Amino acid sequence: MRKNGFARHALIETLHTVQSSFGYLDDDAIRFVARSLRVPLSQAYGVVTFYHYFSLKPPGKHTVTICAGTACYIKGADKLVAAAEKRLGIVPGQTTTDSQISLTTARCVGACSRAPVMLCDGEVAGEVTTEQMLEQLERWAVE
Amino acid sequence: MTIEELEQIVESVRAENAKFDYEVNVCMDLACASQGSEKLRDALVKAAEASGKKVMVRRTGCMGPCSAGPLVRVDPEEILYSHVNADHAGAIVSSLGGEPVPSLQCDLNEHFDKQVRVVLENAGHIDPEKIDDYISCDGYKALMLALMEMTPNGVIHRITESGLRGRGGGGYPTGLKWSTVAKAGGNLKYVVCNGDEGDPGAFMDRSVMEGDPHRVIEGMAIAAYAVGASKGFIYVRAEYPVAVARLTTALREARRRGLLGSNIGGTTFGFDVEIRLGAGAFVCGEETALLASIEGRRGTPKPRPPYPAVSGLWGKPTLINNVETYANIAPIVRNGGKWFANMGSERSKGTKVFALTGKIANTGLIEVPLGIKLWEIIDVIGGGVPGGHKLKAVQTGGPSGGCIPAEMLGLGVSYDALMAAGSIMGSGGMIVMDDTSCMVNVARFFVEFCMTESCGKCIPCRAGTAQMYTLLSRFCDGTGTMDDLELLEDLCLTVKEASLCGLGQTAPNPVLSTLKYFRNEYIEHIVNKRCPAGVCNIQAPVEVLA
Repeated sequence: MRKNGFARHALIETLHTVQSSFGYLDDDAIRFVARSLRVPLSQAYGVVTFYHYFSLKPPGKHTVTICAGTACYIKGADKLVAAAEKRLGIVPGQTTTDSQISLTTARCVGACSRAPVMLCDGEVAGEVTTEQMLEQLERWAVE
Repeated sequence: MTIEELEQIVESVRAENAKFDYEVNVCMDLACASQGSEKLRDALVKAAEASGKKVMVRRTGCMGPCSAGPLVRVDPEEILYSHVNADHAGAIVSSLGGEPVPSLQCDLNEHFDKQVRVVLENAGHIDPEKIDDYISCDGYKALMLALMEMTPNGVIHRITESGLRGRGGGGYPTGLKWSTVAKAGGNLKYVVCNGDEGDPGAFMDRSVMEGDPHRVIEGMAIAAYAVGASKGFIYVRAEYPVAVARLTTALREARRRGLLGSNIGGTTFGFDVEIRLGAGAFVCGEETALLASIEGRRGTPKPRPPYPAVSGLWGKPTLINNVETYANIAPIVRNGGKWFANMGSERSKGTKVFALTGKIANTGLIEVPLGIKLWEIIDVIGGGVPGGHKLKAVQTGGPSGGCIPAEMLGLGVSYDALMAAGSIMGSGGMIVMDDTSCMVNVARFFVEFCMTESCGKCIPCRAGTAQMYTLLSRFCDGTGTMDDLELLEDLCLTVKEASLCGLGQTAPNPVLSTLKYFRNEYIEHIVNKRCPAGVCNIQAPVEVLA
């Protein structure tokens, strides 16, 4: 906040910083940011819920993100999502009950030439097969 | 910083480079990096040190043919190696000065021959984190030229003369936009760069921002000088952390060199740029929504007029251009408007970067002169559809664009020709589909995208896309009727006509264009309950009780 001079228009930047430090935005964090930047709480909450990037729930220990961009879709990303859903028993946006793994989808990470793409804790893996993905999930599940 | 000082830097970089006999360039763009180009670079550095040869190992931005990655280019011989990994480092270094390594060499001459590189001229040749590398490739010369020798009007005239049109998709003449902002009153104006590359399946802007960030900054600074602005914002998607990091470094270096800040080049002109992060909202690519987002609000669009050129950020006149548009500015100022206007077709000048992806042999970034025939891109540059499959359609413009069928490959790629074919140029995603793609399913994919990305402000878009999705889903699971098809067409026209912003107005495009060219596939789904491509999971018809 100080970096941006407590400017009100730096709300999104501030929320990004909070999320990257804590992994998600809880009520306390949003209240604190809103108060510090002197923006109405409704605006802060509105911004958090408007943008897909912000999460109100704590993420799991590991996160697998499957790209759902057009190129990945053409190359069969939907099959990856279906396999991950089946293996983990959750739908995108949820975390397994043991808080090990979160499953999310992304709107294109910009690595379309290597579609389908998944991100394992932020690491880009291209030309992913269902087997490769399940292997990775297995490795995380037993940790 | 003056022109003389720039030249001194060029000299010193040349002198530095002359100490080396060979340059080994390693592509560190996302596609190559995800295949271990980081390790490869370290291995090359080690091998080079051990060999005692005078080798410079340089990390560069995207070289283009990502499907052949990780890529390494050895200069001055310009030998391109594909699919290189760390184990090959020794072989490459020991081959320097002798015969190239045959097993790694790749023949992509056809791929490169048809291309003309303006925006990507430095990509793969410079280290994006070193401002001196950029300066040694004529970087910031255009800015100095504009500041020292041209009036703001002169700059605008040159841009107008070039015939450059907005590269974000709409194709609005850039010169006209600039002169509108320049004429707007008030002494506080803003320059904004739209780096919210929302189109899923396109990554040109990411590559430019990551591979040649100074080019964008220089373009913005020239624009600011031309329209009389002193403050700029680059709006980047949060999904592109590397682009944000590279831009941050680039801005810091430019400030250190006195190319940003006050009194640039000893003149009274001052300009600085701030980075603003997006947070995953496609609608923020729309200019009024983007401005709302920069102001720290929900990214919902506003009715236009007033256009941002008159009343934009905090009510001040604001110039918004796409990353690629700004990337074209410096070469135009340097080489003149006529030089640029000589490339391209009648009404679409210059070159365009496309992200060629999908079912095609050579995926990656390409830059072609506008007016090029679509088949030249697909068959020659792209190397055709692999696996013995047949080309079915080419999708351009992302969720706002349409599908061009294989029969229309003779089409010249320009703003107007694509528009006439029911698609749009868009920001430059070009996705190739073969006979394993179901067009009804593709249409549903895009509508689903628009449905989830709709900001919800106006009803035609919010409710219309949801209804379109329901109808398309019925076709996909085999419960649709011919009445539904009629309803869908009607609904598409309503959404197109009545929506507030570009997202809603263009959301029906994928549906309308597939209906136009692939109507028989829809009918096959409805009448015969069969998906010709075998994508849709149609259950056996269930008896419906009356």
